Amino acid sequence: MNRFAALLDRLAYEPRRNGKIRLIADYLKHTPDPERGWALAALTGALSFRNAKPGLIRQLISERTDPVLFALSYDYVGDLSETVALMWPAPHGRNDTEPPPLSAIVHAFTHMGRAEMPAVLAGLLDRLDETGRWALLKLITGGLRIGVSARLAKTAVAALGELTPDDIELVWPGLSPPYEALFAWAEGHGARPETDDPAPFRPVMLSHPVEDADFAALDPAAFRAEWKWDGIRVQAVRAPGADGRHVTRLYSRTGEDISGAFPDLAEALAFDGAVDGELLVLREGRVQSFNVLQQRLNRKAVTPKMLGEFPAHIRAYDLLAEKGEDLRELPFDARRARLEALVAAHPEAGRLDLSPLVPFASWEELAAARADPAAHGAQSEAEAVEGVMLKRADSFYLPGRPKGPWWKWKRDPHSVDAVLMYAQRGHGKRSSYYSDYTFGVWTEAGELVPVGKAYFGFTDAELIEIDRFVRRHTVNRFGPVREVVHTPTEGLVLEVAFEGLARSTRHRSGLAMRFPRIARLRWDKPPGEADRLETLERMIGDEGHAPRRASGVLGKGRSPAQGA
Amino acid sequence: MRPEELLHSTPQGLYSPAGDFFIDPTRPVARALVTHGHSDHARAGHGAVLATRRTLDIMAIRYGEDFAGTTQAAAYGARVEVNGVGVTFHPAGHILGSAQIALDWRGCTIVASGDYKPGADPTAEPFAPVPCHVFISEATFGLPVFRHPAPAREIARLTASLALFPERAHLVGAYALGKAQRVMALLRAAGHERPILIHGAMERLTEYYRAQGIDLGDIRPARDAPAAKRAGAVVICPPSAMTDVWSRRFPDPVTAFASGWMRIRARARQNGVELPLILSDHADWDDLQASILATGCQELWVTHGQEDALVHWARLAGLEARPLHMVGYGEEEAEGAPPEGTAPETAGPEASPPEAAP
Repeated sequence: MNRFAALLDRLAYEPRRNGKIRLIADYLKHTPDPERGWALAALTGALSFRNAKPGLIRQLISERTDPVLFALSYDYVGDLSETVALMWPAPHGRNDTEPPPLSAIVHAFTHMGRAEMPAVLAGLLDRLDETGRWALLKLITGGLRIGVSARLAKTAVAALGELTPDDIELVWPGLSPPYEALFAWAEGHGARPETDDPAPFRPVMLSHPVEDADFAALDPAAFRAEWKWDGIRVQAVRAPGADGRHVTRLYSRTGEDISGAFPDLAEALAFDGAVDGELLVLREGRVQSFNVLQQRLNRKAVTPKMLGEFPAHIRAYDLLAEKGEDLRELPFDARRARLEALVAAHPEAGRLDLSPLVPFASWEELAAARADPAAHGAQSEAEAVEGVMLKRADSFYLPGRPKGPWWKWKRDPHSVDAVLMYAQRGHGKRSSYYSDYTFGVWTEAGELVPVGKAYFGFTDAELIEIDRFVRRHTVNRFGPVREVVHTPTEGLVLEVAFEGLARSTRHRSGLAMRFPRIARLRWDKPPGEADRLETLERMIGDEGHAPRRASGVLGKGRSPAQGA
Repeated sequence: MRPEELLHSTPQGLYSPAGDFFIDPTRPVARALVTHGHSDHARAGHGAVLATRRTLDIMAIRYGEDFAGTTQAAAYGARVEVNGVGVTFHPAGHILGSAQIALDWRGCTIVASGDYKPGADPTAEPFAPVPCHVFISEATFGLPVFRHPAPAREIARLTASLALFPERAHLVGAYALGKAQRVMALLRAAGHERPILIHGAMERLTEYYRAQGIDLGDIRPARDAPAAKRAGAVVICPPSAMTDVWSRRFPDPVTAFASGWMRIRARARQNGVELPLILSDHADWDDLQASILATGCQELWVTHGQEDALVHWARLAGLEARPLHMVGYGEEEAEGAPPEGTAPETAGPEASPPEAAP
């Protein structure tokens, strides 16, 4: 545990991406299995401990310290785990036994019951030093907040040998801690680990937002275009298991198994393969707006009534595997042909259809289609179109967000996905609600910087949801302001619509947003995939010729149609 | 008699009505007793100054030979009388030449401890508790979250980073008087033998430490070091120089900071510190309690820092205790506190040292 704690401690202060990679790789290189595997699991967010709550930590410290001194200390430090780690009284008669290794701690916290936890946790805190205590408390409460993404940790694994981060990504979904086979492969003394899951998640390929300046370098003939549907990215996988019975799974874009929430859809699927597409609600064959889909997403329980009112559907745009064959290294056109054949053979009772290609010969033509999807093939479904996707005809299906093969061209340039960082209580009738939100986007170094503050645009029902989120995910309090969890894997993504951007020296991001409002809550999106500061920087550059029309629909935050 | 007749706080600092002198006055006065050479305690322009030889030497280095009308050197443990009040200087363990000042008058003893630390430090005379009726303590780190780790452990973090990033200079922010020299001595004790580069603002003070017999090994001015020598070198500079144009001569350095504040993560991050080193010349929470109890005092007065918590503890421990709410102290540790770009209000003339030696 000491070595892992020291690693977290260094990572928390290291701002450079390469520095972080080096620190992690150095740790992985010099730490034996299975310890390094559990550390990797912690860094990639693969661990979670349900019974370790801040309330327990408060209880333990209040049994051991004077309440006035604790209050003064907490007020000074501002972070519960850190305060407790620092002021935890060392037991009488110094305990010089080595603290247990990380693997033993993970094992204990995974298997122990709620009743045993206080004594076990207190015993560990007695045996650790303050860095160890801090790391342990951060680990078990699930808020490492050290600016390390899963991708970065995998990059460090790749750095152990000759592999690339994408090599790691491709095998990752079939693996589980402590990843001994992965390390053996990465270090060049083991074979590529194979998954025995018949229906594994395959890391999704993401796109970059395209900017006006990019088009000069892009050849329209080399690209295919599709509508960008305003739903939820899913991966539907169905394949026979060892016993011959088929396994069907629906995965979110992060690989979370969401089959349970969409039994109507999962049961309808009969193909053998892995389909990448958009989950949408269709009524009478027509795609409904995201607001309708969201009503289904918000429900916890799956009821027959809901299944009837909000039938789930996949609009397919890629095929990653078919009948045991991995198609990801085929070019887009070839995969598309296979996909079209698969969808034609498997209508799946109307639950599966094909996302059509949008024909175009020049960027001007595509711009016209993007500006008015209804007149360019989307017809009555135009409301569910949020832009167009550009995919190189020869692009392989690569995990992550490679620059160049795929682009997204959203209809409203003045909208970003930002991460909620701080919430402040409102005034008047909102005085008991956290209704003023400060949100941020990611810097190149992987840190969030605040870019604006918004206090309207959401519905009353959404306000209650956000308020609940804020109260349950507070990591710091500053008077009326709460800092909420905002790591790449945990937090709330807000789609923020705004009227314009200006340079500002008053904000740390160097930007000021005009008239920002919350257009939508993106519960489905991991914070790590929110927008980056460089995207906003480029929007400033575009200000001169980009339209800046106010949106008429606050709840949606979209302009009706905006030309390019 | 009330102890306040012997000593009480005033806006200028602690004042003795019986002896007509101040201790560590923040403004020029006729007669001053000075505990140590940090500029928030030792100021120029007093009529007469009584301090240890080393404190007087340090004041002369910082302010020039004519920093006071007259000076008198006090030897540790030797009692002198000032207007009938007995005055004895005792080592405080804070920096070279630092002292606690014990006053005795009509059967009452008050110890003004200045800044102090009981922990081992090869660059300062070791602290010893002085029996007294009233003990006056600072409380810079007067919260239970402040427990300074062993200095050797912190230095090991620095040497481990040097091993991991051998091509990068390691810029260590450290207060120019005391902390900087302590870091040098600790590095030598840890077996670090390479030349240590230093900022111009600490050259003369460092030279003084060496002249007083403190072995700091091969110390060189950073400005004379060729680029090749800077790679992977430890470079010690005042904290303010780390964000100054001065630091640009070191491409891609690891920025370290030696201060007790580095125990608080938010403090370290506000300052953009990548390698926080928890090294303090002040008593930590445990040290404060042990030192106060060791004096056998009945009454505790707290000058500055986290008074509320220390006073609360002392009352629980059965002592009479009260805060003095004194302002103007705590400068050298406060350097780690404010975010970059904003000078601390209490900053003295050394907050932004020029590259040239003073």
